[in-house]
Amino acid sequence: MSIVYVLWLRQLKRYFRSKARVIGSLGQPILFLIAVGFGFGPIFQQAGGGNYIQFLTPGVIAMSILFIAIFSGVEIIWDKQFGFLKEVLVAPVSRFQIMIGRTLGGATVATLQGIFVLLLSFIVGFRPENIIMIPLGFLFMFLIALLFTALGAAIASVLEDMQGFQLIMNFLVMPLFFLSGALFPLRGLPKIIGVVASIDPLSYGVDGLRGTLTNGAHFGLGLDFLVLGAVTLILLFVGSYLFSKIQI
Amino acid sequence: MIKVRNLTKKFNGFTAVDNISFKIKKGEIFAFLGPNGAGKTTTIKILTTLLNPTSGKVSLNGNDPTKNQDQARRSFGIVFQDQSLDDELTAYENMEFHGILYKMPKEIRRKRIEQLIKFVELWDRKDELVKKFSGGMKRRLEVARGLIHHPRMLFLDEPTLGLDPQTRSHIWNYIKDLNREEGMTIFFTTHYMEEAEKVAQKIAIIDKGKIIAQGTAEELKQNTKTKSLEDAFLVLTGNIIREEEADPFEYLRKKRRMHNRYR
Repeated sequence: MSIVYVLWLRQLKRYFRSKARVIGSLGQPILFLIAVGFGFGPIFQQAGGGNYIQFLTPGVIAMSILFIAIFSGVEIIWDKQFGFLKEVLVAPVSRFQIMIGRTLGGATVATLQGIFVLLLSFIVGFRPENIIMIPLGFLFMFLIALLFTALGAAIASVLEDMQGFQLIMNFLVMPLFFLSGALFPLRGLPKIIGVVASIDPLSYGVDGLRGTLTNGAHFGLGLDFLVLGAVTLILLFVGSYLFSKIQI
Repeated sequence: MIKVRNLTKKFNGFTAVDNISFKIKKGEIFAFLGPNGAGKTTTIKILTTLLNPTSGKVSLNGNDPTKNQDQARRSFGIVFQDQSLDDELTAYENMEFHGILYKMPKEIRRKRIEQLIKFVELWDRKDELVKKFSGGMKRRLEVARGLIHHPRMLFLDEPTLGLDPQTRSHIWNYIKDLNREEGMTIFFTTHYMEEAEKVAQKIAIIDKGKIIAQGTAEELKQNTKTKSLEDAFLVLTGNIIREEEADPFEYLRKKRRMHNRYR
């Protein structure tokens, strides 16, 4: 247990010590809230969608968690190249514990990031519908974080260097984000986009956040929770397996 | 203490280590010399459980690193060729992290860490972030860290590469002290022949994955009828410059090494 804890703590210390990273990674969600939020707001309103900021904020929170989570998983590549991973891998500790500690640490950091974005969204006028549901919102944030940190770690265990990172960003992370319904409602979409959105796990994360923060769930909170939980478990197993096979 | 028999490691058809055998006695200082790409680091990685051998037997203090992995891991300390500290943590936190990974009880851990940080003369800088340290300070800290869990043997992969003569001499003094006072078995690789000659009791020369000579520095010089170990080394391995293969790992490692050297 202390092994998991110390690895978790390391991730948190690294995060809070790099102020530039904390602030830098808030830039993108703010830009989305302001540019996209206010830019599409009037049209959304005219089309009868209601207040766009209310709709968009859960999506932007999910987005920032997605990016931080994938990135902190992918950081394993960095550790692989720059030595620190070797120090951990020669210690008499199971690889499974290492993977779990790291993933929990990365997921915690990403969740904190999501909470910061939620706080910032109050400035642009976002208001949660139901204060009592907010803790459940945090749970969804953590699930999204865990899922994508595990995914990042699984990918990082297989990749040799950062060259593949651009590939992941453009062919995995961006589609995951844009097709998740973070920016638009899932109702009445062209069939193919609808199908793709329904197999994108982030859709259920965004939906869970919408359900808890603005009562606007499309799939329903129960299904959201089930899908996120199941995919997270699978990815944790796959990630741990791939991680345990790392040879450097 | 360390026994290696007919060890071979192949990477997709390329033989990095080719059927090598050697023995290191308890308390011995053993140097592993060879040109770039000769198989030194691969051998260390196999000995320290980071890589599995293709074939052959390895025994560390009676433990097979592929089978009794955790026991084998507890028995050695290692200083890697590339820096392996966490830059965003302080010197003390890096040490503490190691102690916890090796499951040392708090009291014992703290005492040991204090003793070792003092040993490498970094006590007054212990709460600084490692990224502010010079290459030499990092190296000293890595030596200290490798010793926290009281290993019986210490592996050092090019421990003095890119360091100034002062730091190099300091590091060798620590290592000789450890060997003398605690009877620690030392296995190291280096490019600096004079270091091997001065420090090592036994030397093996590896080239293209094969061990081509073993013995004391004196024996190697006599057998090749040369005056210095450097000449002996050149007679044994030839004069041709070795180019390391430029895979992306190696490329980054080199860049990083250069970077550390000129900082």
